[in-house]
Amino acid sequence: MNTTVATTGTEGKTWGGGNDPLKASYGKMMMWFFIVSDALTFSGFLAAYGFSRFKFIDSWPIADEVFTHIPFFHGNYPMIYVAFMTFVLIMSSVTMVLAVDAGHHLNKKKVTWYMFLTVIGGIIFVGSQAWEWNTFIKGEYGAIQTNGGNILQFGEYKTVDGEQKFERVAIADFAKVSHSERTQHESKSGLWFVSEGSLPEYSIDEVYKGLVANENILIRNQIINEHGHKTILSREESLKQLKSDGKAVVHGANLKVNEYGSPLFADFFFFITGFHGFHVFSGVVLNIIVFFNVILGTYERRKSYEMVEKVGLYWHFVDLVWVFVFTFFYLV
Amino acid sequence: MAHEHKLEIFRGLWKFKSNTQKIWGVLAFLTFVTAIEVILGIYKPEVLMGNVLGMKILNWIFIILTIVKAYYITWDFMHMRDEVKALRRMVIWTGVFLICYLVFILLQEGGYIEGVYSNGFVKKDF
Repeated sequence: MNTTVATTGTEGKTWGGGNDPLKASYGKMMMWFFIVSDALTFSGFLAAYGFSRFKFIDSWPIADEVFTHIPFFHGNYPMIYVAFMTFVLIMSSVTMVLAVDAGHHLNKKKVTWYMFLTVIGGIIFVGSQAWEWNTFIKGEYGAIQTNGGNILQFGEYKTVDGEQKFERVAIADFAKVSHSERTQHESKSGLWFVSEGSLPEYSIDEVYKGLVANENILIRNQIINEHGHKTILSREESLKQLKSDGKAVVHGANLKVNEYGSPLFADFFFFITGFHGFHVFSGVVLNIIVFFNVILGTYERRKSYEMVEKVGLYWHFVDLVWVFVFTFFYLV
Repeated sequence: MAHEHKLEIFRGLWKFKSNTQKIWGVLAFLTFVTAIEVILGIYKPEVLMGNVLGMKILNWIFIILTIVKAYYITWDFMHMRDEVKALRRMVIWTGVFLICYLVFILLQEGGYIEGVYSNGFVKKDF
């Protein structure tokens, strides 16, 4: 073990360096200190998210309405999928701690098996995260961005089980497509040094015409009312707002626009879950390395599976962070 | 530290026979807490919508349950329960102190800016 420090000959004496008051090895202690600093990084991000949210407390997107999808199923299932992801991560934490436990008993076969399951859990989680991002980027109904940067969404009242319910309507379902002279600018057809992204699918004018034609469609803005729902405008207000304030049609979310509300929500979502996803990814890589080391018998020869324990600490930390991300992004 | 796990959780209320059993027990507990969170999050009971200390009661419940979960992940999965007091305090109190400070400062400032926005000095609705 003397890879970094030469022996001084004073081991065992109180001030000789042989006395380890924390009863933890160098590697494990440093992993703990790394975790402390990483925890501070993550709490910096989450606190910044809280800061932005408090700034726009009356118009922040409601997470239940944003993350409502499950792969392979249509319909509205808020939270179910993230709950599943949380469970997968906690489960892989469990297999990890079981691997550590088997390591204490020097049971190579069990450690191998549990490490394998941990890696699988991590991969499922990262895959789910990718799917979640994809759904969020693609968006669902589309919305209008106003000159002031607010978001206007569309929907209509429907009677479900004798109850009046406001249901969202996709822009694609009512906008009146008309012929437009405006085509996407390409460098071959004009100024070669000017470029332009793809045009939105619909113009404000087409959406307005569609809204005029469909008498039951109303606009919902971002302001949260006293019941915790977004405010729904009257028919006249809807037409007026769209006409006077509408600036662009947005579909999905990216770093600049977000059909669900404040663009900051999307920015923080990408940044925090991205950073966490990166941690999970590196955790999976570390787990795979340890997994092969276990198979090769490296720790068997060393008579100590402490490396499994150290990587395990990191893996549990990733789980720990997710518990907080889950709360602050999806629940609160 | 190979065979010296502390096997009781809930302040000794519940003692497990082996470390493996304790792990499964903690998993059951964490799953239970997550299930409560999800159910509350989906149904959002009207009684919990009241305001306490600037936040909905429901949100306070979520945050407290999260800290409870964090405690059991750190204590049992990361074996903090088995570490010496000095290491435990070094890690936990440093983090807790700095995070509380940071969160207080940023949320306070965010609330202030919200006040400036909504008291009519900045027009957003156009």
